Amino acid sequence: MASDNKTTPRSADDLKAGGFIPQRQAGKITIRCKAPGGRLTSDRLQRISEVARKYGQGIVHLSVRMSPEIPYIDLADLDAVVRELGEVGQEIASCGKRFRVSTACAGCEYNPNGLTDTQELSRLATERFFGQDTPHKFKTCFAGCVRDCVRCRMADLGFQGMVRPALAKENCTHCGLCIKVCQDEALTMGADELPVRDLSRCISCGDCIKACPFEAMVAETTGHGVFAGGKHGKHPHTAYPVAEFVPDEQVLSVVEATMSWYREHGKRGERLGDVFDRVGLDSYRKALKQLVGERLLAAADIQQPKWWRIFYRGLAETFPAYGEV
Amino acid sequence: MTDQTEESIGVAERIDLRGTPCPMNWVKTKLRLEQMETGQILEVLLDDGDAIRNVPRSVKTEGHKILKVTPIGSDFSLLIEKSER
Repeated sequence: MASDNKTTPRSADDLKAGGFIPQRQAGKITIRCKAPGGRLTSDRLQRISEVARKYGQGIVHLSVRMSPEIPYIDLADLDAVVRELGEVGQEIASCGKRFRVSTACAGCEYNPNGLTDTQELSRLATERFFGQDTPHKFKTCFAGCVRDCVRCRMADLGFQGMVRPALAKENCTHCGLCIKVCQDEALTMGADELPVRDLSRCISCGDCIKACPFEAMVAETTGHGVFAGGKHGKHPHTAYPVAEFVPDEQVLSVVEATMSWYREHGKRGERLGDVFDRVGLDSYRKALKQLVGERLLAAADIQQPKWWRIFYRGLAETFPAYGEV
Repeated sequence: MTDQTEESIGVAERIDLRGTPCPMNWVKTKLRLEQMETGQILEVLLDDGDAIRNVPRSVKTEGHKILKVTPIGSDFSLLIEKSER
């Protein structure tokens, strides 16, 4: 990609497509560097710093979506900057109406709460879809658990790590720790002194599994909750939950299917959430069902207390009716 | 209740962290474990709430073994076996 960035200054749109953002200062641009999941090697970080000092004003801005941006670059220095960044493998990000670099939390690699490998998935998604055109911008993010630090509900397509706990009875010492750590009243002590799960209340955070000292609470299924149609900006839109426990190997297919539905139904300049509200969410749910099957969320799922608890108060009430698809 | 567990499992040290907020309760547990010999057992008393939500989990992540969790009213006693590492 970087080798492709032979840059002859063109229109503002062309510049933005390449990750070059015109500034209010004439002749100056901001260069947005690609960093899927906000992850950089120290070599790349160092080179970004050197380039900022050499060609910019010695400052770097971290964009809201985790891209390091180097402001105050002279249009004339574009080729040199791209080449010097490219020497250490630092590519340029993108702006405009297309698939944007994926964001992600630290994920399960070293974060104690992470359930899924968000870093690897954001890298893979960016590698596969980066720069592909869509009716409007298309932002994806990967959260490793339901704490949702990267805000799936505000992304066009968000994946949120989730785990369904199961009880290995033979290991349980009846200590009640799992019941204490659950903040969602999804576990109660049964008559036989064994914890009883209420899956309609379980928000799949995995706290009970992580707390249990005796390997009695174990992971039954791990996967991704899928949220589609979110955005921030002037006219914010909260994403709708559309699927749960989607396995790792289906994630890229879900991205592809969503982009494909979006291209088919979206008008130029229309974000995914707005397309849902104009065309009907069920059209998309139907397309998604072909891929995820039973993992598609239905009306009955959305009525469960867990979904009401993980959305901002009252918001779940505003969801469109989920029809039979 | 605690005397009984002490007899049967052989508690070497005990700290009462009831009233000690997070993350100091975990820091104190960790420091005490560092001063102990591998295989020795530390009893920790914890409050309900954040303490019981976080400390056992950190103990586990750190690689120590929790032998027993005993509710004492609304509080908890934790028996932790110090492991190598």
